[in-house]
Amino acid sequence: MVKVRIAAPVLQENSAAAAENRSLFQELGLFVVNLMSSPGSGKTSILERTLSHLPADLKVGVIEGDIYTTKDAERVAAHGVPVVQINTAGACHLDARMVKAALEDLPLKELDLLLVENVGNLICPAEFDLGEDARVVVLSVTEGADKPLKYPLVFRLAAVALVNKTDLLPYTDCDLDALCRDLRVVNPELTIFPVSARLDTGFAPWVKWLRERVRIKKGRGGGSHEQESAGI
Amino acid sequence: MHELSLIESVARLLKRSAAENGIKRITRVCLVVGKLTMALPEALQFAFETLKKDELFREAVLEIREEPVSCQCQQCQHSFTPEDFEFWCPSCGSPQVKITGGRELYIEFYEGE
Repeated sequence: MVKVRIAAPVLQENSAAAAENRSLFQELGLFVVNLMSSPGSGKTSILERTLSHLPADLKVGVIEGDIYTTKDAERVAAHGVPVVQINTAGACHLDARMVKAALEDLPLKELDLLLVENVGNLICPAEFDLGEDARVVVLSVTEGADKPLKYPLVFRLAAVALVNKTDLLPYTDCDLDALCRDLRVVNPELTIFPVSARLDTGFAPWVKWLRERVRIKKGRGGGSHEQESAGI
Repeated sequence: MHELSLIESVARLLKRSAAENGIKRITRVCLVVGKLTMALPEALQFAFETLKKDELFREAVLEIREEPVSCQCQQCQHSFTPEDFEFWCPSCGSPQVKITGGRELYIEFYEGE
């Protein structure tokens, strides 16, 4: 009998691919967002609204993660931006290798901003670094205000939370102030933007945040990756 | 269900290491899993069962060691285990808290012949 001590991180292949993506994004001065949420929170609607609010001279590319369909990619393509669809064929999250492969189909050198829409899921995507600059979580008020404390990692590692469907607040028991408090309990540094994708309200500060980050990254051609690293 | 992809990665790492060490059958695997990863031990065990059609893993037993969430305050250096994922220092109230444990996800060792 042989005992082999390997102390091998399970996600080392993903971490290596994420590091390659990150250094490519750094070289290009391309700001990359990993957009995450549970299914039905409005990620794609928010993405569409965001595209319509960004100035035409800011070039955006989109990677759409979906388990089987191309429905979301078709919606995004209607906005005239380059979109690559990744079908994970059953997997509940995107990983860095999938994103790396998808990059080959995007005009990366022409882009200022890359928005990656992850598979709808609050647990699994949190564990997989894609090489992004910022993680952004969408949480809708209809999902229940208990989500931050139930799924802490995804909120802890996010730079921004977009609280969507605020137009439905009068019809739910969700207390927006309590929700924001819980988000900050999990992540005191989280920036929170309440929005309604349906009514197209609340997008100005979020779009300003994005434009500022794009400008900084372009300017120094360097990263602003501030998440707690995958290794501890 | 990211447990299935985690176990697929575990299998790839073990296959490579077993080949390097001339091991034909793995009997025991010790996996360390932090609570913050939200990888469920039962789901990991279930996924591990799917490997058993491979001769290398036929008799393998998966042992999972769970690690609790731990934090250290960056202001007063107090170390603590947060209750209900509330990442505030219970000693000085600072939100400047570093996660020092709970995100582990690694194969500590395996045994085979």
